[in-house]
Amino acid sequence: MPFDVTELVIAIVKALVVFVALLSIVPVLIWMERKVIADIQIRIGPNRAGPFGLLQPLADAIKLIFKENIITQGADKVVYFFAPAVSMVPAIITFAVVPFGDTAHILGRKVLLQVADVNIGILYILALSSLGVYGIVLAGWSSNNKYSLLGGVRSSAQMISYELPLGLALVGPVLLSGSLSLREMINAQGRAGVWFIVPQFLAFAVYLISGFAETNRAPFDLPEAEQELTAGYHTEYSSFRFALFYMAEYVNMVTVGAVATTIFLGGWRGPFGNIVILQPVWFLVKLFAILYFFIWVRGTLPRLRYDKLMKLGWKVLLPLALLNLMVTATVKALAPQSAIPIMSVLSLVLVAIGVIALTIISARSTRTPASGLREPSAEGAFYTWES
Amino acid sequence: MTGQGVAFAVLAAITIISALLVVTIKNIVRSALFLALSFVGVAGLYILLNAEFLAAVQVLIYVGAITVLMLFAIMLTQQIMSAKISQTTEWFWLALPMALAMLATLIFFFAMRTYPVNPAPDALAVGTTMPLAEALLKPYLLPFELASFILLAALVGAIVIAREEKPGATD
Repeated sequence: MPFDVTELVIAIVKALVVFVALLSIVPVLIWMERKVIADIQIRIGPNRAGPFGLLQPLADAIKLIFKENIITQGADKVVYFFAPAVSMVPAIITFAVVPFGDTAHILGRKVLLQVADVNIGILYILALSSLGVYGIVLAGWSSNNKYSLLGGVRSSAQMISYELPLGLALVGPVLLSGSLSLREMINAQGRAGVWFIVPQFLAFAVYLISGFAETNRAPFDLPEAEQELTAGYHTEYSSFRFALFYMAEYVNMVTVGAVATTIFLGGWRGPFGNIVILQPVWFLVKLFAILYFFIWVRGTLPRLRYDKLMKLGWKVLLPLALLNLMVTATVKALAPQSAIPIMSVLSLVLVAIGVIALTIISARSTRTPASGLREPSAEGAFYTWES
Repeated sequence: MTGQGVAFAVLAAITIISALLVVTIKNIVRSALFLALSFVGVAGLYILLNAEFLAAVQVLIYVGAITVLMLFAIMLTQQIMSAKISQTTEWFWLALPMALAMLATLIFFFAMRTYPVNPAPDALAVGTTMPLAEALLKPYLLPFELASFILLAALVGAIVIAREEKPGATD
């Protein structure tokens, strides 16, 4: 392959555009979250800085940057300074493989609207999302604060547990499209004429629930549970390092949403999808629909207790993800050509099974206190699987 | 030196230096962190060899799961994090020449013959995923399944050992 300077420039420009766009979505998302949560709680929300309080995130960011940078006594300084960056970097670079449009023709050149078309895109995303836990664990450990440490321990257990259903949920769409490349998966959804949310609804549900857990958001925000851990792993952080953690949470949310959009909602596809300029718009519309759902869930559901969180991950989500994978693989093996239409019908059955399983589990777990549930003891609370 | 050569040198240096730090550094959490870095270096080497599937899986499993699990175990162990752990035992001076002899033997045998290097120019276009899957599920099916069975047995064994039997406890 001859070295082409223009290609290099295009690649750099694309990377910069995605980077800047991603970082600009964060304040919008913070504003949106505060407004939506305020709506849910019948409050007004931010309304002083700028029109509709739009400048509130900016004001918060400026305030944060001018705060003093505090280091706790006995903290592991290198790791302490390193941890916010470790949580931020994987969150951002995951976005490199997410396509936000088809091929654009700019000045007679074909430009893929994607930073890098990696043919193992999904594995790349899974690999990087599994690194996100380091930032939290290291922050918790290096702060030299027992609450931070507990947050870090909780987070590592939670993220390892929920990575399995998260990854398994993505295997179903991979089987249907026959490719690990995100671009190819969007094309497969175009050829089938149906978004993968239809034949893989159970996988979509499992993916989103695991996504809440992977981003440490309510109802799975145990690593930072304010009432128990006084904000957990980032208790001791202040100033810009705290801002980095705060941003990383939102960037992670955007990434999980973008992957869900790409794999289950047809990515940049939409009406008039052949007009290239509309494709990023469709992508953003779907992305924000999912992000709205994230915020809605946070405003609606209470936090899970730790043993229930583990039970949900291992006893509900993992078997459901495996069931979905098993059915999809069987259908794909028996009828490779018409796997997607068959799965579209079977997906209803699978969803019914999922709902029944959840109902039974929740009915049993509400019955247990009467039959004498042992409350997790103080030191046993973090590894109580049995009930 | 070509671009690939430079990349190889950098990645190899990262892998080896961090691997050395894993076994010499006294702080056990940092030791685990350097282990993760070493795994990342190996993943980089895989990418240089056009084996990106292997690289992604390497990061996913070794860095994202196994090392995190180690950190988790370290954090649950009381008093271990602040303590300075000795990385050597009294057998150090006996083990060192043995290890060096092993290294010399390996280098000798690897240097004896040149291994055929397949540049695989179209690997990036086709991807290594499908050939790898074909190999694992056709000629190497039995060893593959055996390995997973052994892992399963190890898992069950670990649970049996870790779970203390309570008399009269109902599950």
